[in-house]
Amino acid sequence: MKLTVWTYEGPPHVGAMRVATGMTGLHYVLHAPQGDTYADLLFTMIERRNHRPPVTYTTFQARDLGADTANLFKTAAQDAYDRFKPEAIIVGASCTAELIQDDPGGMAETMGLPVPVIALELPSYQRKENFGADETFYQIVKTLAKPMERTKQITANLIGPTALGFRHRDDIQEITALLSDMGISVNVVAPMTSSPTDITRLGAAHFNVLMYPETAETAARWMEKELGQRFTKVVPIGVGATRDFVAEVAAITGVAPYLDDSRLRLPWYSKSVDSTYLTGKRVFVFGDGSHVVAAARVAQDEMGFEVVGMGCYNREMARPVRAKARELGIEATITDDYLEVERVIEALQPEMILGTQMERHIGKRLGIPCAVISAPVHVQDFPARYSPQMGIEGANVLFDTWVHPLVMGLEEHLLHMFRDDFEFHDAAGASHHGGHAPSASVKGAPVPGPADSPRDLSKTENLDGSVIWLDAAERELKKIPFFVRGKARRNTENYAAERGVAQISVDTLYEAKAHYAR
Amino acid sequence: MTELPRLPVSGGCSDTPILKQRGQREVFCGLTGIIWLHRKMQDAFFLVVGSRTCAHLLQSAAGVMIFAEPRFGTAILEETDLAGLADAQDELDKVVDELLARRPDIRQLFLVGSCPSEVIKLDLSKAAERMTQRHAPSVRVLNFSGSGIETTFTQGEDACLASMVPVLPKDDQRQLLLVGALPDVVEEQAIGLLEAMGIGPIKVLPAPRATDDLGVGDGTVYALIQPFLGDTHDALTRRGARHLPAPFPFGEEGTTQWLAAIATEFGVSPELFEQVTAAPRARARKAVAQAAEVLRGKSVFFFPDSQLEIPLARFLTRECGMEAIEVGAPFIHKGIIGPDLDMLAEGPTISEGQDVDLQLDRALAARPALTVCGLGLANPLEAQGLSTKWAIELVFTPVHFYEQAGDLAGLFSRPIRRAEMLKLEAAE
Repeated sequence: MKLTVWTYEGPPHVGAMRVATGMTGLHYVLHAPQGDTYADLLFTMIERRNHRPPVTYTTFQARDLGADTANLFKTAAQDAYDRFKPEAIIVGASCTAELIQDDPGGMAETMGLPVPVIALELPSYQRKENFGADETFYQIVKTLAKPMERTKQITANLIGPTALGFRHRDDIQEITALLSDMGISVNVVAPMTSSPTDITRLGAAHFNVLMYPETAETAARWMEKELGQRFTKVVPIGVGATRDFVAEVAAITGVAPYLDDSRLRLPWYSKSVDSTYLTGKRVFVFGDGSHVVAAARVAQDEMGFEVVGMGCYNREMARPVRAKARELGIEATITDDYLEVERVIEALQPEMILGTQMERHIGKRLGIPCAVISAPVHVQDFPARYSPQMGIEGANVLFDTWVHPLVMGLEEHLLHMFRDDFEFHDAAGASHHGGHAPSASVKGAPVPGPADSPRDLSKTENLDGSVIWLDAAERELKKIPFFVRGKARRNTENYAAERGVAQISVDTLYEAKAHYAR
Repeated sequence: MTELPRLPVSGGCSDTPILKQRGQREVFCGLTGIIWLHRKMQDAFFLVVGSRTCAHLLQSAAGVMIFAEPRFGTAILEETDLAGLADAQDELDKVVDELLARRPDIRQLFLVGSCPSEVIKLDLSKAAERMTQRHAPSVRVLNFSGSGIETTFTQGEDACLASMVPVLPKDDQRQLLLVGALPDVVEEQAIGLLEAMGIGPIKVLPAPRATDDLGVGDGTVYALIQPFLGDTHDALTRRGARHLPAPFPFGEEGTTQWLAAIATEFGVSPELFEQVTAAPRARARKAVAQAAEVLRGKSVFFFPDSQLEIPLARFLTRECGMEAIEVGAPFIHKGIIGPDLDMLAEGPTISEGQDVDLQLDRALAARPALTVCGLGLANPLEAQGLSTKWAIELVFTPVHFYEQAGDLAGLFSRPIRRAEMLKLEAAE
């Protein structure tokens, strides 16, 4: 039993729903109690889908348990077939139905439905959403895809995009265009946009582009073995990775590498003098493994940030994330415990977080700006405009969205210069933070959100009480702009504590500043 | 009182046969109620004993990722708990010890049953008894089920409140108990009106804190504020308290009749009742009238969601001039909802439970001007050209009593006004 407050991933059957909802002509019959239908709103509300997910839930109740839940399943499956006439059906159980052991797969097979029925075994008490998506897609591919003659011209399948994916919709368009520039057309995009009939044509492509290892790596490996299709290993997020991806595709296909970079702006924007203030900004990167590895590279090499911490919530990707962390000389945080991630961020005191919606909330509480780079998603992660993460335009998007939450270079100086202006006082916060900026407390440290957390009681025990700020130092501290004051306070206190200094004077403050200067 | 209730001439929907279909139910489970209950009860923690699905529901259902560490959490069952390798009761003790050590501010802990915990027959009442002894007197541990196999959406609040009734101290003094979790501002308005009529003492269940001196006994009369509190109603009756049946306090008319039932019980004079209610009644009517301009003559279709559907249909048809096509509710408890059913004019289909596919067929055929439904159905219906109101907002938003009557009507008129406002085609 494990105490959980927030989860990064849903249960595995939600992963299966992401596959089914992305596809057309497929229906998912899910043995599940009423209430599990909440998952529909992930798609209709967060992703603003204009149709119900193609899922029929048996919605059994307590009174059915003593009677005949198996029959309920068969009726639901038959009704679903009659109503929706899908080309194929996937069947499975949610966590509760797994316990009553009705064997939906076995039952569905005996029903003699005139379409392929694919049984899913998704262990709800061991695995999570990404596994569910990966396994479901693999089972669908394994059942429907067959070796076949290759297309005459060179084609690729784009695999991995699902419903509720982080910018999958736009990444598909970007990568399709990138390949098209190389003279390679797309055979099938799957699971999102494809039908079961399309899946049967996967074997016609010359190779696979594995866009998201989280949701399609098992299928990619199976197709490599059974259909003889190599697959790409580079996730083309960022300028360097996109160029590497082009080289990889060229190596696989024998086509000359080509990248139309006439619209690429990130390198110049990063070089232009206005970006000087980005130099060495300390960032913490967290999300799903693929996006984190890519983002860490972009942050360090293309934005000039300093990556001070990184990690992922999906253990399946621990190895590449650890490898990247080693390369950067830092420790990787592999955990799906939200509170642990928060503790790491509190300890590292980064100037910016590249994370998920969960880290955005941590950032809000701690007064640290955050840009979102990965699922789990929020309605804001489905912008109306074209906003890919991959390829040339993806790199441009990364520059904009990562710089946006930061206080800009000149703005930083102006804030400092006019700190005593009545409209520029600390509590007003930076203009673009609107009403959401944390107000500064009397002491000057950022207020850590509503006093809902017990950690407010204990977290200062290591320092406060042992170190005293002298009046002059406290006044001097207030002259430091509010958005770095919290960090200055902590650095000074750490500096003092490490040296056994009990009282912080103005000198201590500036000695600490010199010590931490980069 | 100066006006008699405007009862429908035909005799209402009390005897209308109820359409019951069996199929997929597109509803939340009772765990959802934790989202508002934990804000209301400020020293309570809700520990769901369940699966990752439960945790995912709680964070997805209302987008409540606001509080870094909320007063609810999930003890996620793992393979070892299910295979009997670990004693689930011991494991639960460990989780609760850890939790209470972290949260010394907690005075009430609710162990909340889920579908998986019910199916494996994990005895949470035994656990709650054991833990109450272990953590007494600082923490009281109770249990209830919010599982989808036993409860639908708002029934979770009912189960929670019902679990609190047996442990309330005995108190036979004459008192009024208001039952149901409301936003503080609304609760204070109701108490203010009743106190102005000289009624008291007035207590509220759930109380904001466990230490509040709430007791129950033969002298207690109670009014339900929400229509979904059937089990709590039964539990209070068993403790000797007496129910004051009334229509629910939605809209001017509902609020007046709800207050009148209490006023009659406490012997408030018609003059005093009139004096206290006249001004807010007038304000409520005026506010409703503004929103009702858009609603008058339009049709409405309710999918089952919160059990608020029948009182709301009564409000929309009688005070806003709408025409109900179908009023679907997850459960219809005639002992509680009777007064509202009496006032709802004959005509609409009254349905209980659902087969969502068949119900969608009926809605699409009827093409109502407004469809009240859950979040999973709203956008798909909008895409088919129907205007919708998400039902969950009716549970989260202050909508009870006079001062919110206009807001309540506004929740329904806004989607229709919006559909009329948007001009997304070429100008021609």
